[in-house]
Amino acid sequence: MRNIKYLVFGTLFGIILTKSEAISWFRIQEMFHFQGFQMYGIFMTAIPVGIISVLLIKKLHVPTIHGEAICIPAKKFHKGYIIGGFIFGLGWALTGACPGPLFAQIGSGFSVIIVTLLSALAGTWVYSALRDKLPH
Amino acid sequence: MVLLIEFLRKPWPWYIGGPLIGLTVPALLVAGNKRLGVSSSLKHICAACVPANINFLHYDWKKESWNLFFVAGILIGGIIAGDVFANPLPVDISSNTVYLLHQMGVNTKSGLLPDNLFNWHAVLSLKGIILMIVGGFMVGFGTRYAGGCTSGHGIMGLSNLQWPSLVAVISFFAGGIICSYFILPYVLKL
Repeated sequence: MRNIKYLVFGTLFGIILTKSEAISWFRIQEMFHFQGFQMYGIFMTAIPVGIISVLLIKKLHVPTIHGEAICIPAKKFHKGYIIGGFIFGLGWALTGACPGPLFAQIGSGFSVIIVTLLSALAGTWVYSALRDKLPH
Repeated sequence: MVLLIEFLRKPWPWYIGGPLIGLTVPALLVAGNKRLGVSSSLKHICAACVPANINFLHYDWKKESWNLFFVAGILIGGIIAGDVFANPLPVDISSNTVYLLHQMGVNTKSGLLPDNLFNWHAVLSLKGIILMIVGGFMVGFGTRYAGGCTSGHGIMGLSNLQWPSLVAVISFFAGGIICSYFILPYVLKL
């Protein structure tokens, strides 16, 4: 039952992504061709709001609602951030979706995106299998 | 009531959607010390369903099950905002993009995605295989290799001012820009 709140947050997140059209293939093409501001506007407002929130949480030592301390482990850089990031970018432009929007695209009525999602799962699985052989 | 439904059907401008996406970061942290991220859910599903003998997929995925509830919510959100209260009008992209996509034979009047590219009949065409199956594979492979996606790196990582996430986001855009300028036009001609 502890997890129900994440279902609610996910639902809100899905509504926001969909209503702001961040899940639209058209918006993604417009963004990559630098022909519209919608997607850049989303990033340029979401990130500062996130930065200020995280700074406040750290400065004021805000705990979770269960009274635990909030900690954000640092990400450790490796080459995969560049190689994998680039590969993801290619896929992002083809599908018009990053992982979050894939779920929202299916919900919005494009049931065929289940195929894209299954393929993304296959991609994750193949990476996991090849992980030790790939440069990191 | 009619006015309210009409309002709910309208798309939201960036200055409403963006800050709300940003607020998801503190909401998840305060709710239970969770870092916003979606691509991990793909890994958890692999770990739960087909871990095989892959070390990377042998961990207690149930401990991360919040993430699966979160993505199930995203799907529900998609149903509410994209189906029940769907915007009846085409996505209002710039006229330059409309022109460009029309030249490549894309129907720009079909909701959030072009229905002449993304439909069940297209799955078995070469074009559909590249757009959905190859594209989807790259999304899953690439995000896991990069240790995160647009939410995990682009929103959460940058909110925490982590430079590796900035490198990742720059790489996402490098791939996306190169693909939409130099690869997608050829794919759409198939």
